[in-house]
Amino acid sequence: MARVVIVGASVAGVGVANELRRLGHAGEILLVDGQDHLPYDRPPLSKAVLLGEEADAGLPFHEAAHYAGIGVELVLGRAAVSLDAATRTITLADGTRLRGDAVVIASGARARRFPAGLAEGPVWTIRDLADAHALRRQLRPGMRLAVVGGGFVGAEVASSARKLGLEVAVFEAAPLPFLRILGPTVAAELAALHEGAGVALRCGITVDRISRHGAAQRLHLSDGGSEEADLVVAGLGCLPNVEWLEGSGLPLVNGVVCDAFGRTGVDGIFAAGDAAAWFSPLAGRHERHEHWTAAREQARIVAAAIAGTEATAWEAFVPYFWSDLHGRRVQVLGDTAGAEEVSFAHRDEARGAFLVEYRHGGRIVGVAGCNAGARTMRYLAQLAPAAAEAA
Amino acid sequence: MRVTIDKSRCIAAGQCVLNAPFVFDQGEEDGIVILLKEDPPPEQEEHTRRAARLCPAEAIKLHD
Repeated sequence: MARVVIVGASVAGVGVANELRRLGHAGEILLVDGQDHLPYDRPPLSKAVLLGEEADAGLPFHEAAHYAGIGVELVLGRAAVSLDAATRTITLADGTRLRGDAVVIASGARARRFPAGLAEGPVWTIRDLADAHALRRQLRPGMRLAVVGGGFVGAEVASSARKLGLEVAVFEAAPLPFLRILGPTVAAELAALHEGAGVALRCGITVDRISRHGAAQRLHLSDGGSEEADLVVAGLGCLPNVEWLEGSGLPLVNGVVCDAFGRTGVDGIFAAGDAAAWFSPLAGRHERHEHWTAAREQARIVAAAIAGTEATAWEAFVPYFWSDLHGRRVQVLGDTAGAEEVSFAHRDEARGAFLVEYRHGGRIVGVAGCNAGARTMRYLAQLAPAAAEAA
Repeated sequence: MRVTIDKSRCIAAGQCVLNAPFVFDQGEEDGIVILLKEDPPPEQEEHTRRAARLCPAEAIKLHD
């Protein structure tokens, strides 16, 4: 029976293992990860973990007994360092070699760091559990925190830090955070959320370098000004973990290049999640997705491809992500970037709720909701008729 | 068939309500799953199974 080696035990990797068993795959499954923790979920890292509410956060995907129960062997604490594509053999950091009849690359991504040469003091990032634990130990009420980059990770760190009683400033290069993906209407709403929570939002500005200033740090800004902070966190997006595949012969262009089934072009080698750039039949190009639900959906499709069963097509997937900011839940469904028309469909000030529809050519292509969970997700049916039918 | 849900895993992706709207609902504000029927009637079993299969967070457990 076929042996499947999965590299990376986050959403995509664990998802492939679970789906394979659900589909009746009877061969060995090995789940490899460089970290020595029971596989865990990342969304709580910038929220519950920073707030010290980790115990209730549902951090591990499963207890150890789950993996034993479904016959998935965890190979933890040893990172994959190379792949021999021709023999589908992975080499681990300690020299162990693992050969698979199928290999799934789900090695994820890492935080993009503030350029080391431009910062004298520490600039924190948050990607792994160890990062979140380290940052949590730094956060003290009354401290001044500077967040470089206004994306969702930066915004969630800002939100958690405000809740913990820090003074927070967010530095964003664009005129508003989230402008490119959500457009000006919703970007302005989210900026108002920050400001309502007492976050100082500095937009249209970049941090050129960071110098030490006594025990604090001084951020030198593109407008010639400067700001002081006790702690600096960078939320500058992430980069795919594919360096270990250099020399493998796999096509690497901003991730492992795959078709719309996660196939790399080398027989039996697949990729899914943040490390993979899947072909999008709708967009006509390869795209790397960094959202939880995209990784989970790719896992479902790859598992089906390995097991030889049918799955709903990648083009039927409706992008979805969520964030928790200043006590509000933000949910985004569908394609909100570059829509022609944006309009409010619902607003309830008392609940801090709104729902915005995005249209292209008169057709709804996406929605963004705040504290409007049920209402927002009711759009799934009209955004995904094909997915609902085919499943 | 008996259904249980794990709210701590739920990511409010809405697949349960899309596929089995008589068995599941979502919280008005946070979108977190609400179980309407712990013991779905036989005519809802297939929809409920599909909801459990398609829940990306694997937050729905079925006990036959």
